[in-house]
Amino acid sequence: MARASHAGTDVLLSVENISLSFGGVKALTDISFDIRKGEIRAIIGPNGAGKSSMLNCINGFYHPQEGRITYKGVTRRQMRPHEAAEQGIARTFQNIALFKGMSTLDNIMTGRNLRMKTGLLAQALHWGPARREEVEHRAFVERIIDFLEIQHIRKVPVGRLPYGLQKRVELGRALAAEPDLLLLDEPMAGMNLEEKQDMCRFVLDVNEQFGTTICLIEHDMGVVMDISDRVVVLDYGKKIGDGTPDVVKANPDVIAAYLGTSH
Amino acid sequence: MTLPSTSGTTPADTFPRLLIRNAAAFADRPAFREKEYGIWRTYTWRQVLDETRAFAAGLSSLGFARGDKLVIVGDNRPRLYWAMNAAQMLGGIPVPVYQDAAAPEMAYVVGHAEARFALAEDQEQIDKLLEIRGQVPALHTLIYDDPRGLRDYEGLLSWEQVQKNGRGRLANDPTFLDAEIGKGKSQDPSVILYTSGTTGRPKGVVLTYDNLRRSAENAARFEGLNEHDELLCYLPMAWAGDHIFSYAQSLVAGFTVNCPESAATVQTDLREIGPTYYFAPPRILENLITSVMIRMEDAGALKRRMFAYFMGLARRVGADLLDGRPVSLADRLLYRLGDILVYGPLKNTLGLSRVRVAYTAGEAVGPDIFNFYRSLGINMKQLYGQTESSVFVTIHPNRDVRLETVGKVAPEVELRIADNGEVLFRGPGVFHEYYKNPEATAETKTPDGWVHSGDAGFIDADGHLHIIDRAKDVGRLTDGTLFAPKYIENKLKFFPHINEAVAFGDRRDFVTALINVDPVAAGDWAERHNIAYGSYQELAARPEIYDLITEQVAQVNRDLARDPQMAGAQIRRFLILPKMLDADDGELTRTRKVRRSFIAERYAPLIAALYGGQTSVHIRTEVTFEDGRKGMVEGEVTIRDMDTTPVAAARKAA
Repeated sequence: MARASHAGTDVLLSVENISLSFGGVKALTDISFDIRKGEIRAIIGPNGAGKSSMLNCINGFYHPQEGRITYKGVTRRQMRPHEAAEQGIARTFQNIALFKGMSTLDNIMTGRNLRMKTGLLAQALHWGPARREEVEHRAFVERIIDFLEIQHIRKVPVGRLPYGLQKRVELGRALAAEPDLLLLDEPMAGMNLEEKQDMCRFVLDVNEQFGTTICLIEHDMGVVMDISDRVVVLDYGKKIGDGTPDVVKANPDVIAAYLGTSH
Repeated sequence: MTLPSTSGTTPADTFPRLLIRNAAAFADRPAFREKEYGIWRTYTWRQVLDETRAFAAGLSSLGFARGDKLVIVGDNRPRLYWAMNAAQMLGGIPVPVYQDAAAPEMAYVVGHAEARFALAEDQEQIDKLLEIRGQVPALHTLIYDDPRGLRDYEGLLSWEQVQKNGRGRLANDPTFLDAEIGKGKSQDPSVILYTSGTTGRPKGVVLTYDNLRRSAENAARFEGLNEHDELLCYLPMAWAGDHIFSYAQSLVAGFTVNCPESAATVQTDLREIGPTYYFAPPRILENLITSVMIRMEDAGALKRRMFAYFMGLARRVGADLLDGRPVSLADRLLYRLGDILVYGPLKNTLGLSRVRVAYTAGEAVGPDIFNFYRSLGINMKQLYGQTESSVFVTIHPNRDVRLETVGKVAPEVELRIADNGEVLFRGPGVFHEYYKNPEATAETKTPDGWVHSGDAGFIDADGHLHIIDRAKDVGRLTDGTLFAPKYIENKLKFFPHINEAVAFGDRRDFVTALINVDPVAAGDWAERHNIAYGSYQELAARPEIYDLITEQVAQVNRDLARDPQMAGAQIRRFLILPKMLDADDGELTRTRKVRRSFIAERYAPLIAALYGGQTSVHIRTEVTFEDGRKGMVEGEVTIRDMDTTPVAAARKAA
């Protein structure tokens, strides 16, 4: 079945004239694009094009020297990652960043941390409201486990899992925060074909079932063209294309960047 | 058995009426459990009746009429079982389909059954049904259980919607459903089970309520099953065994059926439930042991020694204790200690602590595997049966269990051996007919009710049935030596490193074999011996692996040499296949039996080389991936020559 887009027309996040440099190295130059509510937005580009830097700017890990980011109607210059998380931005990482010694369940539970209201002491004593709260969060996490079909590894320490499953657990932890905007940094890197297909289905299902807006970085062109609503193309820190997959595919600059013309 | 007598005037002789009886007799006892979101949820008999009635009424509102078929496809889920009963309430016939069947297979079954209605577990199955819709235009109503991913689909109905309509209908017209249930007769067809035969198109085996109910009742009485028993259903619903164990027997005896969370969690779920009634094909029993052994090898030295010592003791006296044969007091005490230190914890880990009755069947079970479970004190038995017999033909009686046989004749069943060695049986479970296939019915079932099983076997002096092979597969070498391929293959497969084997020899000068090494066991062996490999193909081609397998083939040859009848059928040459035999490539049936003639055709160049004297052969063959796409496997395959053991020498050694 063809995928029906769930994208609206409201802009959830817009990036205007962002420039970021590290010393003399210009990572991003004058980038502008927007992410609409409910869409799957892909950022693509050759190695070193500035894709991860762009994500890091969006979730406040890097602070661009120039430009503005408007999220949910609020414009900002600077934000810290935990503020981004509190405002509903969750992400996964290119290199998996899970607690290796903890179980799948516990790792995903950490994603609920921001939503827990009881204090540290009450949680440690597992008493009264803290206990009730934990039960509620556990129920939510179980839905994620069911959704991602990882029941069989619920109690397995994450470090023992194969790569593809670790990626899935990481997605689970990001989902546990009930994000409005989900940033995925190469969710399918290093996966075999079957794992990629699974991951694609999960990304589409997250978007469809929870209405989560997704911004992803991906190298597999087949995947990107199949699942995204719109694609922005970066090369050497500059935006060289933006639009629907078909438009981007036909863009001569994009073709040149991918075929490796000299600059 | 403590079954309450039938209430009212209508006997509980159909499954809908048995459900009504159970809802009255067992009321708030658990009928089903399902693990969902990490928690076991219980449905009582009363709730199950209520849910089933609502779904039945909803189906009726959709136009489901007497004689209609309801295709059911998915993993073992309570709702799918309830739907079977719902269809039967309306005089319809459920047709469970293997959930891993590819679309064309499914199209054949749905088309042949002329089904207009289908219930699918999830998006995966719905996608397949939508794909085949063009080929089976009669199929018009698709119902799903799990809504995930189906939001943008049109023209489907959810289980809840159907039930909602049904409840509305029942509120307006509370008696119509009972009238429909009352119309059911015990001689009516109750289910059509399509067999995944080793040859040709699947055949639809029509079983009546009497067939299934009587067969289920007899076996339940034989084993003393009652409403306090627990079963974990995890084998395909389209398979006759699951239909008998999880559906017919549960309704007859009133025990609880537990549905695992997902196919991958069966082992954990087994442990949590601790079933008392358990079925596992030899393959699964073997996998369980393999996983235990691999983990044991990683344990500390002390634990390993303790394990080795007590398993040795168990091998020596465990089965005798189980069968009530005399065992010395010292051994009894030691076994007690072993139970505390090893057997108990091990059985608990396997989830088999509470098992009263465990069956295995389908393929020959290896002596090491079978004895492993029995020596731990698990009442593991074999049974023999087919879809055509409503499963039970022979069963091992308690305390009279013999590895080499498949047991004694089940209650009310008659057994006889034809002149050509084929096993024939007759009894209450004998199927009604093959659906829309009178020729096949006439070929298999004689007018006086005897069924040709297609298996070759004999009955020994104690009344135990031995099965040697498929009757049509038993052949002879050119020198007249008896060649029973399965007999040889099973001997090979009893080695953990050999996953599958196919032997050739009929009308040939000598016996050869294609062998599949087990990716887990052989892979683990390779790892322990510091042998590097990147893929299954590479592993299978390693000379060290060839050496390992050569040793095992030699052992099989020594075994064969002991029996003068089989001595001539020793394996002279073999090769290890670079790919696993797979049902997706048509090499195995869905129940994982080898399709001999198909393999002979597909690997004809390899077989020619086995008989041609080359030491290696080039292969290029297609593989089907799980998503249905195709790929190629290509490479050189080595052929090994074997020395054969002379009969006299083997006798001396023995």
